[in-house]
Amino acid sequence: MTPANVLANSLPGEQLIETPVLIIGGGVTGTGIMRDLALRGLPSLLIDKRDLCAGASGGNHGLLHSGARYVSNDLHSAIECRQENLILKQIAPHCIEETGGLFVAVDGDDLDFASRFPDLCAAAGISCEELSAAEARKLEPLLSERLVRAFAVPDATIDPFRLALANVAHAGQLCGSLYRPHTEIEDFAVVDGEIMAALCRDARSGARLRIVAAQYVNAGGAWAMAIARLAGCSDVNLSYSKGTLVVSHDRLTTRVINRLRPPADGDILVPGGTVSVLGTTSLRSSNLEGVRPTVAEVDANVLEGAAMLPVLATARYIRAFSRVRPLLQDAVGDDRSATRGFALFDHLDQGLNNFCTITGGKLTTFRLMAEKTADLVVERLGRGGPCRTTSEPLADTGACRWTEAGASPRYWYQANDAEDTILCECEMVPTSAIDEILACAPGLEEKMSLEAIALRSRAGKGPCQGSFCGIRIASYLYERGYYQDRTGLTHMRDFFNERFKGMRTVIWGRQAAQMELAEALHCGLLGLDNLDDDSPPAASGRQP
Amino acid sequence: MTSATRHLHCELAVIGSGIAGFAASIFATNRRLSTAQVGNTGAIAYTTGYLDLLGAISGENQALTDPWQGLVRLRNCEPNHPLSSLAEDNIRQAFSEFTDFVSDAGILYTPPADHNITALTPAGTLKQTLCVPATMAAGPRAFQAQNPCLIIDFKGLKGFSGRQVVANLKDHWPGLSCRRLTFPGMERGELYPEVMARALEVPAIRRQLAELLRQAAAEVTIVGLPAVLGMHNPDLVHRDLEQLTGLTIFEIPTMPPSVPGIRLRELFEQLFPQRGLTLVPQQKVDRLHFTGEGALLELADNFGPITIEAKAVILATGRFLSGGLQADVTRISEPLLDLPVSQPASRAEWYRDQYTDRLGHPIHQAGIEIDLRGRPLDRNGEPVNPRLFAAGVILAHQDWIRGRSGAGIAIATAFRAVTAAEQLLRS
Repeated sequence: MTPANVLANSLPGEQLIETPVLIIGGGVTGTGIMRDLALRGLPSLLIDKRDLCAGASGGNHGLLHSGARYVSNDLHSAIECRQENLILKQIAPHCIEETGGLFVAVDGDDLDFASRFPDLCAAAGISCEELSAAEARKLEPLLSERLVRAFAVPDATIDPFRLALANVAHAGQLCGSLYRPHTEIEDFAVVDGEIMAALCRDARSGARLRIVAAQYVNAGGAWAMAIARLAGCSDVNLSYSKGTLVVSHDRLTTRVINRLRPPADGDILVPGGTVSVLGTTSLRSSNLEGVRPTVAEVDANVLEGAAMLPVLATARYIRAFSRVRPLLQDAVGDDRSATRGFALFDHLDQGLNNFCTITGGKLTTFRLMAEKTADLVVERLGRGGPCRTTSEPLADTGACRWTEAGASPRYWYQANDAEDTILCECEMVPTSAIDEILACAPGLEEKMSLEAIALRSRAGKGPCQGSFCGIRIASYLYERGYYQDRTGLTHMRDFFNERFKGMRTVIWGRQAAQMELAEALHCGLLGLDNLDDDSPPAASGRQP
Repeated sequence: MTSATRHLHCELAVIGSGIAGFAASIFATNRRLSTAQVGNTGAIAYTTGYLDLLGAISGENQALTDPWQGLVRLRNCEPNHPLSSLAEDNIRQAFSEFTDFVSDAGILYTPPADHNITALTPAGTLKQTLCVPATMAAGPRAFQAQNPCLIIDFKGLKGFSGRQVVANLKDHWPGLSCRRLTFPGMERGELYPEVMARALEVPAIRRQLAELLRQAAAEVTIVGLPAVLGMHNPDLVHRDLEQLTGLTIFEIPTMPPSVPGIRLRELFEQLFPQRGLTLVPQQKVDRLHFTGEGALLELADNFGPITIEAKAVILATGRFLSGGLQADVTRISEPLLDLPVSQPASRAEWYRDQYTDRLGHPIHQAGIEIDLRGRPLDRNGEPVNPRLFAAGVILAHQDWIRGRSGAGIAIATAFRAVTAAEQLLRS
């Protein structure tokens, strides 16, 4: 916080941006607030220090909870999930696959817990149907033979990337709301209990920005505590839980499979289009930056998951990922029993009247979190209508459709254009997808990179994890003139380094062969391991 | 249906069909050893055609322009490296024998020189290599002389962009420009290098392409193309195009699987049987065991089971990509003989955090241990069998990727293995 008056005024060299509402954090909550406000007629500016879903929004199972997961320890969250699950299935069906879910107990699990489960679900109003072990295994043949109890619940899957992209695109269409990636908040200029400006930095160009808004919304997720402190607020107290998940090469089940026991490691397997996602581990963490999966976490997930589905012990994995979840600090006991509820801080008792923080919660309840936040913003601004996100369908723009797993082949086949060459062969992402993303996808207006394109499509999500398509897309971007110098090479290197973070812990079996080929190509041939120092021997300076 | 087992006899069995396996067969054929070569498809189709000896020393930033001087340094800093225990003369002879053989057989190569060649990559970066196919040689020459040069790419051929090559090299090569052409007879849809290469074996297609090249070149006299100049007669296609256009023409490797790699594989598959070598391509050896007087290999092809009796065996099965090594959740193993594999203590140590770390990843140093004659060692440090030799990147204590030394390790260690096997067989 910088209370000095001098900082309340623009400095030379600063770019000044004015907006009615500044939203900090491009996760599902921040983008949800952006859309919610837009539906009430209020334009806003959304910034993120990286890009959409860079935090917990992009690092989870993609599970749209029925609520059953929380019936034993958090009835309030369970009921919220049940309600939000129904609303989202109505307003955003294109982001959701109605897979259904099973809760399964295997021999050795606490059967007392299993017996109480139907009543707990009933108390939360969640539909729950018991299946015999044989019925369950007929639905999901890879379930363990040691299955003893099984219940069907209305779990589903949801694509957070598409959700975030669609939120941003919809808000832009509705009232010209803007999204600015790679914009990091560094300080707030505060005068007399009011934030006068957010002082930001463009993480890529280094340029300084002064963003002046009437209302400032902190939707920083795990970073919310740090952002609140920049504004001098000490009331947001979070602890952090690092979760690691692992992605299999194949989709192993039709439904979401939950272990029927109190939450623990590796007890949820969620299909995601053409793959399955297994997780999660939970480790208390003090570190927010640079979290990455470890071999021990991957192995713990696989070991536990194999109790539900023995195939998980021998499955081919293509990726693991870790993200930090924010947990509200009133938690007692272990992080899994901590509330999955959210909190909205109005910061009035911190002496500020145009700043609020929304954090905690989970993917399934993002809409509700956005609604509560937007209600507060509207009340404070004294303009804007009632919330419309419970009934207004989420517009589905073309440029946001490329994140859906398994959809690219369908679009390509429908278009039936032989000229439209496939750039990512694993996921069948065609040239036209890259064109559409470059032309219309939110957040690429000013600068694009391979990483940003991959975030907005399935490119690089298949078994080769971008090893080949990263090169092809880069070539295409040179061809189109987006790259005109060695920047494209550094973007390739950065993209492969980033993808590798997720691959490093699951390189065995066929992935070891895949990796060897990739590295031979990227480093052995193209020399991406030596870009900075690789001053090629000067043509004239060579020894004879 | 059962088929009768076919029994084959030879002096030397070579297992593996990468550069190391083919090099071993070349050296064995030159020494008139009766030889049988078997093995998986191998990774040769993934090679670019460049034959690297040594392009970098792990952890160093500067690329090596003099690989021979580099080998001297390697002996000091990496004494266990498979190239460190080989004499320079032997490595030179191995490379010469290899390139002479391939050149005589129909793919002309530049001979090993005293310095590396600064060669071009499809991304417009540069790499150090020792020998290149003659069809590629004019590119490095033009770069060194800084002659004006035109890079051609083709509509529909993804992963190869002339603009990319120019954009990344323009600071080092000001006279570079590019043009996009439509490949004759392939006006629509996606292009595949292998199909283009086979098309250029047809004189009429060459004439059409020559006309396009002539028009595109205008004032420029040197033209670079993706490596698609023929499959079985690249030198003829290359020469013909140069004559038809009056231009100096060179190829740049494309992304794998690349034509120059496939050329080598098809050359060997065609030529070895003519030279009296028994080649059972694209089949994996199921079992290998040693008897008192020799070794017995068991495998099967589409026509049924095969056994090969040999007096000596060279294991050149490569690493993970070709199946010579296998990585499972907890350890790295050698699947054919379960040879001990020297390796990091746990999977957590296989890779460094940063993918492009100049130091390279410990997993690449894993492999089998050998003695000075190239014989794999057991857990006690003794040769597993006096008749068993190993060659190529299956060997421990090297990182062929960071070292830009894949072909060097393959060719040089195959030479050592064949020399040692010959001694055994002739004694």
